[in-house]
Amino acid sequence: MEQATTNVQVQPVDKAKIWGIWKVALILAVVTGIEYVFAFQMEAGALRNVIFIGLTIVKAFYIVAEFMHLGHEVKGLVYSIILPMIFILWLIMALVNLEGAAIKDARGIVDYEGDGIEHVDEEH
Amino acid sequence: MATTATMSKRSLWGGGAVQPLKASYGKLMMWFFLVSDAFTFSGLLIAYAFLRWSAPAYNGDPEAFTFSTEYWPIPEKVYEAFPGFHGVELPLVFVGLMTFILILSSVTMVLAVEAGHRMDKKAVVKWMLWTIIGGFAFLSCQAWEWSHFISGTDTATISDVMVNGIWKENYEIFGANLTFNQYGPPAFAALFFFITGFHGFHVFSGVVLNVIIFFNAATGVYERRGHYEMVEKVGLYWHFVDLVWVFVFTFFYLI
Repeated sequence: MEQATTNVQVQPVDKAKIWGIWKVALILAVVTGIEYVFAFQMEAGALRNVIFIGLTIVKAFYIVAEFMHLGHEVKGLVYSIILPMIFILWLIMALVNLEGAAIKDARGIVDYEGDGIEHVDEEH
Repeated sequence: MATTATMSKRSLWGGGAVQPLKASYGKLMMWFFLVSDAFTFSGLLIAYAFLRWSAPAYNGDPEAFTFSTEYWPIPEKVYEAFPGFHGVELPLVFVGLMTFILILSSVTMVLAVEAGHRMDKKAVVKWMLWTIIGGFAFLSCQAWEWSHFISGTDTATISDVMVNGIWKENYEIFGANLTFNQYGPPAFAALFFFITGFHGFHVFSGVVLNVIIFFNAATGVYERRGHYEMVEKVGLYWHFVDLVWVFVFTFFYLI
């Protein structure tokens, strides 16, 4: 049987802790706001994508470290979770950047350059 | 002591007094599940990015952009609708609202966990209820977004497609289905359905778990147990759903 607790003492609220939680939420909202600024003010391209991914990792760090409390666990637990994810990131970058571009090249896929610019394939 | 003996017998299933990595059995298992789930989402993300990178991109003037099945669409041209504002271009506003809702529901979840540490049953129940409301709000938004995505805009995209086994030339495509869509190559809508759908299903499961936890907390199950660790464990899952959304948001709506 489970031990039944009879006398429950409700502990008082730690104001600083609550403020800490809302501060993380504020950071997440501000970083999302910055992403919107880049989405509308900057032209699409590799640099903007890198900025987006960087800001995403910032948001992911705050969610995992603070909300999921991983930042306050023992090191062994932190690394057993973070290290596999780092290897997966490595795999993603290798597959997307190198292999994706190679496949696109091998299939002869050409980007659309907009009206008025026609791609003439010399071989046909 | 008699009490500790019965405690450890019961909690052997829960890892007993042994706590590797100073986390309880339940929490560790939740973390391992989340890591494996992250691998699943990584697989989806790799498939998405690979298909997108190898598809023709639109390099023309963004102002002159029109939908075509020949190249990948600019996301902010696709996601620009908002309920009640028909015909008004509001790029990424609705998805911003969805992000905001999910982050807020994550905050209320942390507040529920925090209240659980203080054994404050009333506060746990209150914040769990807000988290459930947030989850339902997000799911409702997604339902609207999907229905808009499927029914499409006012202007059709003309393309040659196969409809019910018959090849049709200059066919007017409205919206999206699993074989073709008005926004871009078939893979675009297929990936949208699969990835946001898989995430939405996670949100749905999270809401179900939250409802169970809410009832257990409200009926005093955790108070009798002496701790609110279940709230923490389900909280981990709920934050993970938020975390996945952060990535879906970047890769699907921004890039």
